[in-house]
Amino acid sequence: MKKLPKEKVKPFVEKLLQDYEVLGPMETAGFASFGRIMSPGELKLNYQNSKKTPKEAFFPQWEVMFRYRSTGQSVEVKSAEDTGRRRILFGIRPCDIRAALLLDLVFDSLDFKDPYYINKRKGTIVVGLGCNHPASTCFCTSVNGGPFSREGADFFMTDLGDGYLVEVLSQKGRKLLRGFDGKEASEEDKERAKAIADSATRGISSVIEADGLMEKLEKLTEAPFWDFLHEKCLGCGICTYLCPTCHCFDMADEAFDLKGQRVRCWDSCLFPLFTLETSGHNPRPTGRERIRQRIMHKFNYFFYTHKAIACVGCGRCIIHCPVNLDIRRVIDDIHRE
Amino acid sequence: MEEIQNKIRREVVQLLSEGQVDVVIGFEQGSLPLRATPFFLRDIADANRLVWSPFCENNLATYLTKIQGKRVGLIAKGCDVRSVVALLVEKQIHRDHIVIIGVPCQGMVDRRRIEREVDGEILKAHQEGEEIIVEGRDFRKSLPRKEYIYPSCKRCEHRNPLIYDTLIGEKLVEEAERAYHEVEAFEKLSPDKRWSHFSEETSRCIRCYACRQACPMCYCAECFVDSSFPKWIEKGLDPSDVQFWNIVRAYHQTGRCVGCGACERACPMEIDLVYLTQKINRDVKELFGFEAGLDLDPPPPLSTYRVDDEQEFIK
Ligand code: SF4
Ligand code: SF4
Ligand code: SF4
Ligand code: SF4
Ligand code: SF4
Repeated sequence: MKKLPKEKVKPFVEKLLQDYEVLGPMETAGFASFGRIMSPGELKLNYQNSKKTPKEAFFPQWEVMFRYRSTGQSVEVKSAEDTGRRRILFGIRPCDIRAALLLDLVFDSLDFKDPYYINKRKGTIVVGLGCNHPASTCFCTSVNGGPFSREGADFFMTDLGDGYLVEVLSQKGRKLLRGFDGKEASEEDKERAKAIADSATRGISSVIEADGLMEKLEKLTEAPFWDFLHEKCLGCGICTYLCPTCHCFDMADEAFDLKGQRVRCWDSCLFPLFTLETSGHNPRPTGRERIRQRIMHKFNYFFYTHKAIACVGCGRCIIHCPVNLDIRRVIDDIHRE
Repeated sequence: MEEIQNKIRREVVQLLSEGQVDVVIGFEQGSLPLRATPFFLRDIADANRLVWSPFCENNLATYLTKIQGKRVGLIAKGCDVRSVVALLVEKQIHRDHIVIIGVPCQGMVDRRRIEREVDGEILKAHQEGEEIIVEGRDFRKSLPRKEYIYPSCKRCEHRNPLIYDTLIGEKLVEEAERAYHEVEAFEKLSPDKRWSHFSEETSRCIRCYACRQACPMCYCAECFVDSSFPKWIEKGLDPSDVQFWNIVRAYHQTGRCVGCGACERACPMEIDLVYLTQKINRDVKELFGFEAGLDLDPPPPLSTYRVDDEQEFIK
C-alpha cells in the first residue's frame, strides 16, 4: 500500500493524461458529472455520486456501430469502433464499479459477447475511490456492495485528508504506478483508512430488504399494487438513463440516399415505444406495466438470469426523480403487500 | 401553512365522504428533505397524509389527461389552475369531472439552488416563518424563502387560482410584473452569444423527455419524437437532433404554454431554455392578445380560423 499526498495528485494525473484518456468526476453546470478530463484541475474528487454515470464509458448513450455505403453493385460496411483506446476511469465510486460488473454479465456472458462493450471495457483501467461520506440515499450495503468495496477495481484510493491511501489490486492497476511519486503508506495511514471505511459503512443510513424480494415479486405479478404505484410516475427516462445498471438499447439505421449508419442508443422501459410492436400492439401499454417492468427486471428477472440484483443502491433514481418516486419506499411497500 | 394544510384535509375529507370525487390529487411528505411528492388519495383515513408546503413543486394538472374517466379533486396552485383552464379550452378534460381545490401560492422553493448554497448534503429542511431552515451533518442554515423560489414563481402574475370550486386560505396580492424579463435580456445578446447559450444548454440534454412528461400541455398521444413512420427525428445525441427536439418541443407550445416551469423543474440536466417558450408566449400575446390559461372563452389563436381575420397573410 502506498500513499499519495494531495499535492502529488496533480502531477500523477498529468502523467496519466500523457498515456491515457482519463474519465473522471467533474462539474458541469453546477453538478457532478462523469466525463473526459483534459487537465487534472477538472477533476472534482470530493463529489457525492455523479449525476451522469460512468457506465457511458463502456456503453455510451449513443454510438455509431458501423457505416455503410452502396456503390450500386456492392455494399461497403465499415466498423466505426475505435479499438486502440487506452482509458482510465479515475475516482469512480464502488457502486458504479459494481454496476460495471453487472453490465459485464449482460454484455460479456458465455453465450453472448458484445464486441463494442467488451472492447471499451477491456481497454479501461478502473481507479476506485472510497466514499468517506455516503449520501443519505445510498443503500449499497443492502445490495452486496459497500462504500469501500474494492470488488472490480484495479486500483483503489481512500481519502485520508492529507493524501490518498493507494492500493494496487490487479495487473492492470500496476501499470499506473509507473507515473507514481508517492511513498509507502505507514501503519498509521492504514489504520486511519480502516477507521474511515468502518465509519462510512456504519454511516449508511438507507436500507432495502433484499432478502425474499425476488420470491415476493414472483407472487405479485398481477397484484393491484401496480395499479396505484405508477399513478404519480411521469414516465420519463430519468430513473433509467441515470441508473448505472440499466442497459436497454434500441438500434436504428440513419440512412440517406445510398449511405447510412447503424446506431445504437439507450432505451427505457418507461417509454411508450419500448416494446411497441409493428402491428401496433404494445404488451406494456400503460405506466402500470412499464414501472412493473422496471422493478421486476431489477429485482426479479435479472436475478433469474444472472443471480444478482440489478441495482447497486447508488440512489440516483431517488435523488433525480422529478416526482420523488422513491425505490426504497417501493420495496418497503412490496414487502408489506 | 399548517392552517392551510388543515383546511385542505378537511375539504378533502368532505369531498370524498360525500362521494363527489373518486380520487384527490394532492401532495404528501416526500422521502427527501425539500421534497413533497404527488399523492393520489382515495381513502379518507389517509387524508392526514396530505401536506402543503413550499416544496409542493409539481404541476398536478399534468395528471388530469392521464386519469380520464374519473372524478378528480385537484389541489391546485395558481399555475396548476392555469393549466386546467388551458386544458379545458383545448377540450382535453371535462370541467364537471374536476373539483378544483384552489390554493393561493406563495411560490415553491428551488431545491437545487438551495442545495448549492451549502457544503454537504442537506438532511432536514423545514419552513419557519419566512425562512427555509436546512440542516446537514455539520451545518444549519437559514435562507429567506422569497429569494429562493423558482424563477417561474418569481415571474408569476397569477398566484391566485383563476377558477376554483373551493378556495383555501386568503387571496394574495399579485405582485410580479415584468413577466418577460428573461427573454428581454436574452434578446439583447448578440446572435453569437444567443447561439452559444442555446447550443451549450442543449448539449447537456439526455433526451429523457422529463420536460415533456411533466408538462400539462404535452399530452399528445404520440409525440413527434416517438413516431417512427414517418420518422421526423433520429434517436441519438447528434447535436442537430437534440437541438431539433428542444426547439420543436418549445414551438409546439405556441399559444399554449402557461409558464408553470414544470419542464424546467423536471429536467435533470437543468437545461435553461425557458426564454424560448417565453418568447413565443409574448409574441402570441402581442399578436393575438391571448395568454394561455387565463380565460375559458376565446379559442386558442393557433387552432382557430376567422373569415374576417384582419391579418393579410391568412387570406
Ligand atoms: S424518474 Fe420518476 S417520474 Fe421519471 S420514470 Fe422514473 S419513477 Fe417515473
Ligand atoms: S435502481 Fe436507482 S439506486 Fe439502484 S442502481 Fe439504479 S439508479 Fe441506483
Ligand atoms: S428493462 Fe428497464 S429497468 Fe431493466 S435495464 Fe432496461 S431500462 Fe433498466
Ligand atoms: S412548456 Fe413548461 S412552462 Fe410551459 S406549460 Fe409546459 S411545463 Fe409549463
Ligand atoms: S428534461 Fe432536460 S434532459 Fe430531459 S429531454 Fe428535456 S431538456 Fe433534455
